[in-house]
Amino acid sequence: MDSAFFFTYFLQFVISGITIGSIYAMVAVGFNIIYNVTEIINFAQGEFVMLGGLIMVIFYNKLDLPILIAFLMTVIVVAMIGLLIDQIVIKSIKQPTVLTLIIGTIATSILLKGAAMFIWGKNPYDLPAFSGREAINFFGAVIQPQALWVIGILVVVVGLLSFFFEKSIIGKAMRACSDNQDAALLVGISVKRMILLSFALSAAIGAVAGVIVTPIALMEYDRGAMLAVKGFAALILGGLGSFPGAVIGGLLLGLIEALVAGYISSGYKDAFALAVLLILLFVRPHGILGNPTVAKFKKF
Amino acid sequence: MLSIEGLCAYYGDLEVLNNVSLTLKQGQIVSIIGANGAGKSSFLKCISGLISKKTGRVIFEGNSITNFSANSIVKKGISHVLEGRQLFNHLDVIDNLNLGAYLFFKRGNSGLISQRRDEVFDLFPILKERSRQIAGTLSGGEQQMLAIGRAIMSTPKLLLLDEPSLGLAPLIVSNIFSIIENLNQKGTTILLVEQNANLALGISDFSYVFESGRIKLQGTGQELLGNEDVKKAYLGH
Ligand SMILES: Nc1ncnc2c1ncn2[C@@H]1O[C@H](COP(=O)(O)OP(=O)(O)OP(=O)(O)O)[C@@H](O)[C@H]1O
Ligand SMILES: [Mg+2]
Repeated sequence: MDSAFFFTYFLQFVISGITIGSIYAMVAVGFNIIYNVTEIINFAQGEFVMLGGLIMVIFYNKLDLPILIAFLMTVIVVAMIGLLIDQIVIKSIKQPTVLTLIIGTIATSILLKGAAMFIWGKNPYDLPAFSGREAINFFGAVIQPQALWVIGILVVVVGLLSFFFEKSIIGKAMRACSDNQDAALLVGISVKRMILLSFALSAAIGAVAGVIVTPIALMEYDRGAMLAVKGFAALILGGLGSFPGAVIGGLLLGLIEALVAGYISSGYKDAFALAVLLILLFVRPHGILGNPTVAKFKKF
Repeated sequence: MLSIEGLCAYYGDLEVLNNVSLTLKQGQIVSIIGANGAGKSSFLKCISGLISKKTGRVIFEGNSITNFSANSIVKKGISHVLEGRQLFNHLDVIDNLNLGAYLFFKRGNSGLISQRRDEVFDLFPILKERSRQIAGTLSGGEQQMLAIGRAIMSTPKLLLLDEPSLGLAPLIVSNIFSIIENLNQKGTTILLVEQNANLALGISDFSYVFESGRIKLQGTGQELLGNEDVKKAYLGH
């Protein structure tokens, strides 16, 4: 194999790794939003992505709405589903501990999957790519234009969220809720409203992810669980709570998978990804960008 | 300013307060002493709204706030420093203080926040030195100062203080008590729960002794300091 040929292959694997990694990163970002306010991991996060893709199919493919309006309405509908999950599932758990709440989100994800199968059936759906499907040639490798959309939107979303949670007082008030609920109430923060907001926001981010990845990866009713597991791994890799960490974790995970699938065998990609995750947890339990000082004061 | 009438409170079926009545006049320091488990902290939580299962009345400046939620009671001008500091441990000192003034932000008065923070820094200069340190890593004394600092960011009319001397060295304790008196002289009314009965009775205009969820004794600080039962039980002589 001559070296130019080798390089083209390598580049192609890297490009597909970054694309798939961006999707994991979007899921990890959604996890972070709810985690920052409640310290719970919402395992229905992958379901928001699935619902985003499939609801967009209704608005765009079936109802023929203009793409921007269909996109917007999808995000609103999924955000409302996020609100309902908070109101119906999270609020009605009698003794809310981190563990019971997480179990509640797992149950929710199973329910949503069942409902989706009922509505959309088992077939995968496609959406048109935003800027067509004509591949861009990049040093011999090819990039789908939609991949650029995915990466661009990821960068914008992460930038905005990092700013919101690190710099704005509402963002900090949201983080204060996970730290100490009583103290948050006593300074006048409506903890309930902040939790509600976090569910709506992360559902909206999940919907955005679903709409932008469906043209690349298709979407079907049972995709949520796999996305949640991968997004969770990305989150732990990057460091719970950190938005730049979610991106780095997601990209790293995507790259490992793509390179292992390309050079070894796609059968081993999950095993390698998890092995890297384990090794990282041994040497850096708080993740790549997690703050070890802060991690000490968290429940997990 | 504050009057409590026939307050009973419950954790589930367990009654922790039984028919407690108490009044507080503007500008006073009133203290509550009593054994562990007497219900002192629960009493403060009833006033600030953290305990909602209760009967009786809590009247602040003429209006009943009995069934208000905690995050709306603070808007009325009551600020509560919880037992054991209860900071936002993973945020830094400045963020903790800023959130203390969250109400100003909600009212569109963010400009006041940094001015208020400087006033708190004047009171507790050590917090200024530590302003970017994560709250959870501060020493016990610094944490207590931050907890009080955060509570006064919103310029409360009434400050509820739960055991500010808990686990602190004597020098720090007297420092904190002089700051409490200082705040009071500047016009903040104070309701103080304290294990250190000597100190608490010394600075109070009026005091109550709690026992098993009831008021057992009441009187001015001087009266209680001279009372034989109080001497035996709380002053250790
Ligand atoms: N969340 C709770 N659930 C059930 N019981 C509680 C709860 N909090 C307090 N109690 C009980 O209520 C009683 C009064 O507690 P409280 O904390 O008000 O006492 P305290 O006077 O502040 O004691 P200390 O001086 O030790 O702080 C205690 O018997 C305690 O065990
Ligand atoms: Mg107590």
